[in-house]
Amino acid sequence: MEDLEQFRLETREWLEANCPESQRQPMQREEQYWGGRRGKFPSEDAKVWFERMRDKGWTAPEWPTQYGGGGLTPQQGRILKEEMKRINARTPVYGIGIWMLGPAVLEYGNEEQKQKHIRAIVNGETRWAQGYSEPGAGSDLASLQCKAEDKGDHFLVNGSKIWTTAADKCDWIFCLVRTDPDVKKQEGISFLLIDMDDPGVSTSPIPLISGESEFCQTFFDNVKVPKENLVGELNKGWSVAKALLVHERKLMAELGSDSPRPILVPNAAARLYLEFEDGKIADPRLRSDLVDYDMRMQAVALTHFRTFEEKAAGIRSAAALVMKYVGTEAEKTKSELLLAIMGSRGLGWEGDAFTDQEIDTARLWAMSKAMTIAGGSSEIQLNLIAKNVLELPQS
Amino acid sequence: MALVLTEEQRLLQDTAKNFLESNAPVGALRKLRDDHDPLGYSPDLWRQMAEMGWASIILPEAYGGLDFGFLGLGVVLEESGRTLAASPLFASGVLGASTIILGGSEEQKQTLLPAIAGGELTLALALEESNHHRPTHINTTATVQGDEVVLNGSKCFVLDGHSADQLIVVARTSGAERDSEGLTLVLVDRTADGVTCQRTILMDSRNAADIQFANVTVPAGNIIGQIDQGWAVLEPVLDRGRVAIAAEMMGIALEAFDRTSEYLKEREQFGAVIGTFQALQHRSAHIQSEIELCRSVLLQALSTVDDAPSELPLLASLAKTRLNELVKLVTNEAVQMHGGIGVTDELDIGFFLKRARVTMQILGDSGYHKDRYATLCGY
Repeated sequence: MEDLEQFRLETREWLEANCPESQRQPMQREEQYWGGRRGKFPSEDAKVWFERMRDKGWTAPEWPTQYGGGGLTPQQGRILKEEMKRINARTPVYGIGIWMLGPAVLEYGNEEQKQKHIRAIVNGETRWAQGYSEPGAGSDLASLQCKAEDKGDHFLVNGSKIWTTAADKCDWIFCLVRTDPDVKKQEGISFLLIDMDDPGVSTSPIPLISGESEFCQTFFDNVKVPKENLVGELNKGWSVAKALLVHERKLMAELGSDSPRPILVPNAAARLYLEFEDGKIADPRLRSDLVDYDMRMQAVALTHFRTFEEKAAGIRSAAALVMKYVGTEAEKTKSELLLAIMGSRGLGWEGDAFTDQEIDTARLWAMSKAMTIAGGSSEIQLNLIAKNVLELPQS
Repeated sequence: MALVLTEEQRLLQDTAKNFLESNAPVGALRKLRDDHDPLGYSPDLWRQMAEMGWASIILPEAYGGLDFGFLGLGVVLEESGRTLAASPLFASGVLGASTIILGGSEEQKQTLLPAIAGGELTLALALEESNHHRPTHINTTATVQGDEVVLNGSKCFVLDGHSADQLIVVARTSGAERDSEGLTLVLVDRTADGVTCQRTILMDSRNAADIQFANVTVPAGNIIGQIDQGWAVLEPVLDRGRVAIAAEMMGIALEAFDRTSEYLKEREQFGAVIGTFQALQHRSAHIQSEIELCRSVLLQALSTVDDAPSELPLLASLAKTRLNELVKLVTNEAVQMHGGIGVTDELDIGFFLKRARVTMQILGDSGYHKDRYATLCGY
């Protein structure tokens, strides 16, 4: 405990000395740094801040030091997070390399892969995309058809991946590919790392109902991938994928809490957009909807805390398994409620007639529809709860 | 604040579970109902509960209590919800005892609390006057005449009112009907002259009564707390009661849901166990999610009683509303998923359905608490 207190003091001192003032201010989405060959720093300060954190290994604080990570314990990692939050320090580099691929390579990769890819992620040299879903394989992910044929010294990859976030800006993509078409669908899948610069890889953006998006479809046309890029054993990619999905769902459940711009919440919106009578919202139905929402969100927040406490106490709980479902459904409810509260002011899509916040709200409303689909739809979450928590029989 | 139970609390929960499963299963409530038992609970069971210290959990040590906190009380109430155990634990051990703890004089505490803890004395709170929980809409009057108080009026939905030894009557000493100012709490012997008590038979086969007071005269020393200032005591008592009943409701929901899940795993139709049907799986998984949310709310509310009383009004209304909604959802689904057998009296599930409806009305329905929560949030 004393050591942790010491660590906290040192961390606080270091952050005070090394985090530039400009990197302690709220950030617009355009100011996020995502690394990679095409990555651009929004400012000189952002570069300095990133490099200082990188040199400490604190872009991936809890990864082993031999691959460039910070080597912190989970407790120290939490302290670092708390101390950064305390001064509103910006995240120096974003990326699903750090959130998702890194942990998977550390767990399933061989020494060579760790040396090559982990360090590059820590150093912000590579930006990664995720290649899971396909046009014909969404909720039924295991039915994926993008195939990798064994050609002796390499795999030959053909097919396409959809919902590959920012693939047009990424250097590498990790993919689930079919390596054996003749066995049970989960058993013929492998986990492959593909260089986006390889001949035959191309991308095309996908506009969403919320407008422009970072999502792309990525195509593989006779792409030659070296054998050394296989992570884990051949045909055992499904277990790597499942481990990764857990990370993704955790991120989805927490989304919204790390927003670049202050977002309107229903309680505040009510004060801006609704009539009050005697201190109460005049419209009884909206008042009732708002209180339902506030109560639900308080319950969700408390459950969130409970999952932390249970984890710390070593209790295996069902609460964590329902969070993706309840968290994303609540986001959808929130967006619908905001629109109802704002009336026609919640309909603005672009232009000067509406405030940025109003337009953000409308776009987020459309975007919220994706939250209960991405990362395993609500229906899939309910299947999982029925199977893993309730242990209901499977047909 | 704690959102996980301590080792001691879990031990108490195990003890309560084992005891209630053996000594107060749902069959015991069924028997009380079928026998038209005049008391409506087993005095022998209540004596054993008191011996195990259940009536003393939230009482201060100075008055024979265990001072084990509301989280401890919560696990016992939750288990008693699972078996629908009929006992004065809620009416006397929570509402009665809390009133004395929060409002009683030193002398009242000395005489009453050890007797409550030992199970020898039972109290009931005579509060409601209409068909909805409106704790300040009080027309029953208390008139101070010298060193005596005279009570007139009528009360309904008095939990354990027909069996309690003494009644805590919420009466008006001044102010208009809806004022929270001007309320006074008075302790009255249930068998005193002028008290007419009529037991009401409710759907849950538990105990409640309508009670009339006609010129009931008691010593002024029976007043609990200050004249006209009863609300300052009553409001936190009600909030404690709301959180406590929410704990019982959690037990009701869990047991009804567990029984239903078991049924889904054994009942076959169309050549398959019905638990394999996605229509039922998704509804069950949704219920599980709601249970998880309610679990967090309940734990927070219980620990708020002891750790952060200033936040109790908000948490109590949150907990009561969320648990109201939960027991309604779960008991309705429990009956529906059981199909035909679910609507027979032979199956116990109907007892959970009916007890749930009564608990939903105890100390405020969702409409009442949503309004209160919104008001506390400033809208």
